[in-house]
Parts: sequence; C-alpha cells; structure tokens
Amino acid sequence: MTAMRERLRIARYLIAENPVNIVAFGLFVLLVLAAIVGPLISPYDPLTTNTSIALQPPSALHWFGTDQLGRDVFSRVLVATRLDLFIAFSAVLLSCAIGSIVGALIGYFGGWLDATVSRGVDILMAFPLFVLAMAVVAALGNTVINVVYATAVINLPFYIRLARAEINVRRTLGYVEAARVGGSGHFRVLRVFLLPNILSPVVVQASVNLGWAVLNAAGLSFLGLGVRAPTPEWGIMVAEGARFIASGQWWVVLFPACALMVTVFSFNLLGDAVRDILDPRLRT
Amino acid sequence: MTSSTDSAPLLSIDGLSVSFRTRRGVVNALDRVSFDVGCGEIVGVAGESGSGKSVTAFSVMGILDRAARITSGSIHFEQRDVLGMSQRQRDAWRGREASIIFQNPRTALNPIRRVGQQIADVLARHSPDSPRVIRQRVLDALRQVRVSDPEKRQNAYPMELSGGQCQRVGIAMALACSPRLLIADEPTTGLDVTTQAVIMDLIRELARSRNLGTVLITHDLALAAQYCDRVVVMHAGHVVETAEVSQLFTSARHPYTAKLLRSVPSMVDRLDQLQAIEGSLPDLRRNDLPHCRFAERCERRLPVCDSQALTLEVVGPHHRVACRNPL
Amino acid sequence: MSRVLFRLLGAIPTLFGVVLATFLLTRVLPGDPAIFFAGNPSMDAQAIQEVRQSLGLDKSLPQQFVIYLRQLAHGDLGQSISTGLPVRQELMNRLPTSAELTVCAFLLALFTAVPLGVMAALKPGSVVDQLCRLVSTLGVSLPTFVTGLLLIYVFYYLVGWAPEPIGRIDPFIALPPKITGFLLIDTLLQGDWAAFVASAKQLVLPAVTMALFALAPLARMTRASMLSVLSSDFIRTARANGLSWRTVVITYAFRNAMLPVVTTLGMTFSYMLGANVLVEQVFAWPGIGAFALNSLISLDYAPLQGFMLVMAAIFLLVNLVIDILYAVIDPRAELER
Repeated sequence: MTAMRERLRIARYLIAENPVNIVAFGLFVLLVLAAIVGPLISPYDPLTTNTSIALQPPSALHWFGTDQLGRDVFSRVLVATRLDLFIAFSAVLLSCAIGSIVGALIGYFGGWLDATVSRGVDILMAFPLFVLAMAVVAALGNTVINVVYATAVINLPFYIRLARAEINVRRTLGYVEAARVGGSGHFRVLRVFLLPNILSPVVVQASVNLGWAVLNAAGLSFLGLGVRAPTPEWGIMVAEGARFIASGQWWVVLFPACALMVTVFSFNLLGDAVRDILDPRLRT
Repeated sequence: MTSSTDSAPLLSIDGLSVSFRTRRGVVNALDRVSFDVGCGEIVGVAGESGSGKSVTAFSVMGILDRAARITSGSIHFEQRDVLGMSQRQRDAWRGREASIIFQNPRTALNPIRRVGQQIADVLARHSPDSPRVIRQRVLDALRQVRVSDPEKRQNAYPMELSGGQCQRVGIAMALACSPRLLIADEPTTGLDVTTQAVIMDLIRELARSRNLGTVLITHDLALAAQYCDRVVVMHAGHVVETAEVSQLFTSARHPYTAKLLRSVPSMVDRLDQLQAIEGSLPDLRRNDLPHCRFAERCERRLPVCDSQALTLEVVGPHHRVACRNPL
Repeated sequence: MSRVLFRLLGAIPTLFGVVLATFLLTRVLPGDPAIFFAGNPSMDAQAIQEVRQSLGLDKSLPQQFVIYLRQLAHGDLGQSISTGLPVRQELMNRLPTSAELTVCAFLLALFTAVPLGVMAALKPGSVVDQLCRLVSTLGVSLPTFVTGLLLIYVFYYLVGWAPEPIGRIDPFIALPPKITGFLLIDTLLQGDWAAFVASAKQLVLPAVTMALFALAPLARMTRASMLSVLSSDFIRTARANGLSWRTVVITYAFRNAMLPVVTTLGMTFSYMLGANVLVEQVFAWPGIGAFALNSLISLDYAPLQGFMLVMAAIFLLVNLVIDILYAVIDPRAELER
C-alpha cells in the first residue's frame, strides 16, 4: 500500500516538476475523448462528398478546409481519431500480452523451447520491421484488423525478449525457490510470483511503444495497405492529400499530419512519464 | 596543526564548508572542516559513511560533483591557495604535486584502455619526456608497486587484473609523477582481507620512503590505528576530534569517538562489550541543524550545546576536540 | 578472428530461416498466381492447369521449397510478372539507387547526431542540450512521410530551392554510363559536373527526410551514453590526475560512450531500411522499395520475395559488420569468450 502511495507521490511530483507532463497528460485525455465522442460531435458527415466545394482552404464554415471530394477535413480528422487509436491500442495490447507470456514461458522453461522460439524471433527481427508489416498485411489481406495484426507482429520480438530477460533474472531468486519448495507448480509460480513482477518493465515498454504503433499504422495506410478509402484515417488522408501539396493545397495533408504528430508526441511524452514513475533507472 | 617534523604544513584545510544542490533541497555536507597534514605524516580521516570524508578529499582535488558549491573556507598546499587556482593551474597541479587513489580500484580505471597506457597518459601530461622514456618510466612505476612481470602486465586491461593488482596500478598512476601529497580514499575497502594488509603496507612503505604527506580516509578504526600517525574523526560534516593515534585510542574526549571505539569488534576485548551508536546521521538538508550535529544522538547533551557554535578546542598536545561537554 | 567465424556460422541458421520464411510468406499471399500469369481469368481449367504445371505450383510444398532453394543457388530469383524482367535484374538495377539514398541519409544522420549528442552531454541545460532533446522527441514523433511532404512543401513549393520531387534525376539530363550504379559516383567518374550537381540536388530532400528519422534515436543515445560515461569513476580518476580536458573528453569519455551507440546503429539501420519504402513513395524515388510496393499491390510474388530476401540479407550483413566493429573497439567483448 505504501508503495502505491509512494508512486502516487512521485507521480504528483513529476507532473509538477515538468509542466510538459501535464500537457502530455491533458492531450492524452483529449485524444481519448475525441476517439470516444468524435463521431457524435463532428460538424459534418465525414463521408458525404460534395465536389462543388472541393479543395477549399480553411474557413469559418470548414475549419480545416475541404478535400478533393469536398468532404470536411475537420470532421474526417476528428472521426479518424477513433480508428487510429483503436489500431494502436489493440496492436500494443495484443503484442504486449502475447509477447510477455511467450517470453515468460521460454525464459522460465528454457531448453529447446527457448532455443526454437529465440531463433524464430531472430528470424523475425532479421526483416526490417516495416517491410515485415507490409508482408503480413499483404499475406493476410487489406483490412483494418490485419493492420492491427501486422503492427502486433512486428512488436512481438521486443516483448518476448524483454519478458524472457526479466524472467531469467528473477527465476533464480529466493522467493521463487521458496515457492517451488512449498509445492507450487510451475504455472502457479509463473502466474502468481513472476508475471506480476515483470509488469513494471513491460508496461514501460508498452507505453513507449504506443507512439511507434500509431506511426506504423499510419505508414501502412499511407502506402495503401490496410485502411481503404473512403474510411477516414490519418495515414490515408495524408496519402490522398499528398498529390496536392506540390500545387500548394497544404491543408489536406497538414491537418491529419498534425493530428498524427500531436498524438504520437503525447503518447511518447506519456510513455516517458510512465517510465519515470515506474522505473527511474531507465531514464535517459 | 604541527606535523611530526614541526615545519609548515603541507596541506592546510581551513573552515571548509561545502553544500550540494539537489532536487530535494540543499545538503550541507561539510561545515567548517579544518585540519592539517604535514610532510611525512600519515593522517587518518575516520567516520561513518556520510560523514563527509570523501567530500573533503574531492574538494582538495577539485573533483566534486557539478552540484557542489564550496561556500566558505580555504585549502592551502605548501602555502599556495588551491581553491583560488585557475582551472589550468589546477590541472597542472593535480596528478603531479598531489594525487588521489580511490575506493573501487577496478572502476577507477578506464575499462577499454591498457593499464600501461593509462599510466603513460598521466606521465605524458605532466612531463615533456619522449614516448620511449615514458615507456620506461611506466615500467619503473609498476615495479615500485611490486606488480609482477610488469612488461606483460602493462598491456593488460583492468578486467584481466585482480582487485589488488588494479589498486597497485592506481597507486602507480598516482605516484608516477612523484607528488608530495597522497590522498587514499578507502583504498582497501573493496578488497579481501589479505590483500588489504598487503596494499596498506605498500602504501605506508611508499609514503615513508618518499616522505609523502598522506591522508588515509577510512571507516575502519582498526586500520587507522595500525597505519596512521594522527587521526581526524568526522561526524556529519564536522571535524569532532583530532589527535595522535595513541592519544585517541586511549583517551578519546569526544562522546562520538568513544562510542565509535566501542562499536568496533577489534577494539573491544569481549563481544558483549560492543555497543551500537544510537540514532542515525541527521538529515543534512535541514535548515534547523543544531550547532552540534551529534547533539541529538548524545547523552551528554547540555543546553550550551544548542546555543553556541562549536569550535575545535585544544585539550592536549596535538589533541583537539569540538565539544562543549567532552569526556 | 574466431569471433568473426563464430558469428558468421551463427548467422547461417538465421539466413536459412529467412529463406524459409520468405518462401512460406509468398505461398500465403492471396490470389492464384496461375490465373494471374495466364493473363486471362476466363481461361478454361485446362489452360490454367498447364500454366500451373509450368510454374511448378502443382507440386507439394516441400517439393516447391526444394525447387526454390535450387533456383536460389543459381541466383535465380524468378520472374517479375508486371515488368517481365528477371527479378534479379530488376533488383540489381534498383538496389544502388536505394543504397545511395540510404547510405547518404545514414552518414548525414550519424555526423549530425553524434556531435549534437556529445555537445548536449558536455553542457547540460544549455541551448544545445535543449535542442538535442527537442530533436530527439520531435524526431520520434514525426512520421517519415509527413516530414518528406513538409520538406517538399517548404523547399520546393514555397522557396523553390529543391528540384521537383519526381524520380532520381531531371529526365532531361544525360545519364553517365553505369559503373557503380551510384549516380553521385558515376557522374564524378565521368567528370560530368552538371549531372553530379543535379543528382546531388535531387538527393538532398529525401536524404534529409530519412536522416531526420534516424537522427532522433542516435542523438538521444549519444547524449545518454555520454552523460553516463562522464559521471563514471574512471573519468573522475582521469580528471584527478590532471589530464587535459581534451584527453578526458575525447580519448577517455567519447570512446567509451560510443560503445552503446554502435549497438544502436544496427537498429537504426533497420528502421531506415523500413523507412526507405515510405520515402521512395513520397519522392517517387525509383529504388527497390518502390518496386516492392508496386509488386505487392499487383500480387506479383517473385519480386516481393526477392525484396524480402535482399532486405533481410543486407540487414544481417550490416549487423554482422557492426558486431565485428564492436568487438574491435571493445576489448572486453573479445576477452569474454
């Protein structure tokens, strides 16, 4: 209980010390809110086209202007928050959960299981991550859920290796031995004693990973993989607006790009703050 | 303070106060620390961890942390003002006229550089000798500290050497340019007992043969008893007592010194005579620190202890105490 | 030396795994290649079967794998359906273009990030330090394609310095004979100054875009590593011995600080290889990334397979080099055996 109080105290201290942390936290809350209520409060229907007002610069009517099909950019950016956040969170959650468990298992049992899986991870990591994501989406098909899988797959190795290393360190500690001697089976030891203890570094990794996951998903969509028109999603919006940048119509690209930047930035800051709270030793 | 040869002191620390700015407040690490070291004498600086022994040493050598501030006092080496030196002068002075060896000999050495090369770096810095001469001097330095097979050893990396050998290298580096002052900051704490004795004997022998002024920082009173001429006892950033070794161990006058002596197994006849010192070091970040920082742990505390600032009073030949109610 | 051999041997199973993985991957891709190859979806089953047989797609998976391995041993990476040329030729043509971009970007990033990180560590709290931290945080938050587009907007549309971001070089400039495939080198070898300048100008924006991406982790790592080393015991010893500031910072601190940075180089390079595809898309750069993407969209197996293999092989090779480099710099690694 006192450990929790201590953590809260440090959290308050960190937020107070660095005002940027408050900004990051505030942004994060704002983004989650936008994701939840976005579609309900958007001024225009993000899908309705109206070519007569296509490519209009920002104005009082259309705060972010209109795109090449006359759709309101602001509404599209707002509504896209839900999708982008969904992809990022699900991907990280998936890779975190599966990766940690797999890593814990191979770290604990070792032997041929460890050798095989580690070799598999090595092979996975031999491919430049983004290339791998492309391949996974190509193999599974061009849908949103596959973008989630692809992003999850490329993040798996980090969690597997992290969990494996952390379990390895703790496996030989006194309390584990005591538990085994006391009659606990392997899985009970893992579940009750080991996994909760590696939660801290794993959560740190996950929070740091969130920003990267958003970038990944957006990158894949930018290339035309994953999300398909007319679904509003930041990456695909940037892709659609790209060809207009050379002729000076900047708003089609800029606003979704800003949304991306702000999101990734706040996730990264939040990730740093989480890391500072949970494990200051990792501070850079 | 007069030295055993009764000439002007080699090193003179006068009223040194050092504070550290940290996130959680200002730590008043040292408060008006004063003591002298003469040529040819070995002065021990003893006290618990956190008493400010290393801070004093680092202040002399100019290697305090960035957050440190010397708020008052002076340090004189052969009557020259050390704190007033420019960075350039300081760099020329340390390693050549005064040197220090550290507690963890292995981490004190560059892990990816051969030890002979590291000694050569120091020599090259302080003398205009040619590389060939320097190579020879490196070997000489290693021989002086009794490193076996110096031609081979000089090409070793620190991780290939034992703790004792690393400390020998550290001593060789420190003495390579023949300084007149040597500070040894807990030089044997990280070593096993047998090696401790060997290294301490080496340090004493070198100190005597070169007539060095030596400062031996230690938390181990038994060690101080064995190797020092005089001892300076520190507590929470204060010098509480200084005396010649025999005096200190037979007739300590400060309550803290007495308690310290009774808490060390080697200093008592029977183990049941061991007594822990009650309480712990005061939090040095407080603004309301009492004049005597030991007062809150002392049974001999008097009202006058809280009202007047402490000074070191002479209580005997070469014996001074900072206490309002000495034993 | 033995370490090098050991690492090489260790890489072989991984390489085999990579080959197997790429093989399996493209067998999982949707669409029946036989139909696509036949060119006419309404062809009758007989004709499609003939095409399938000729492609060897009717055999069992292990048999196909053996055929695949045999082809690889002969350097045959298959045929690109969309372009009609052998994959190997296509890749060989385009690899130098991508490599030129990646190498330039990498060097740019390295020679900016390291000094920045070192300066930031030497003067904590200063302007340089704030700049370093800003660059690190922003660099990680900015998507590569956004940076690219932004740069195009500012430097091409607004200011007009950069050339039009279409392809490798202005189509009106005569290309020198291909010796290395690196335009910068070939133009120099030819003594064609105008072409050299043109190809360099075209390279600037995409290289800067990629470099910005790699800048962040490198600068951050350098700064952190340098800070950590500067507060270590042996630096204190060096200072206490009066060694000059230059010696302390360069010979003692910097060399030690570079060790973790070298290990980060591998990861950074991997990210760059991945970002390659995005940058080539934004700038219409005719490299292997763009080629692979187009093949992917057209469900053209062989080029994608070849692309994956090449990328993985390059990455493994680069990692090997970095590993060896590390062992050379850090004597402890050698001694740990």
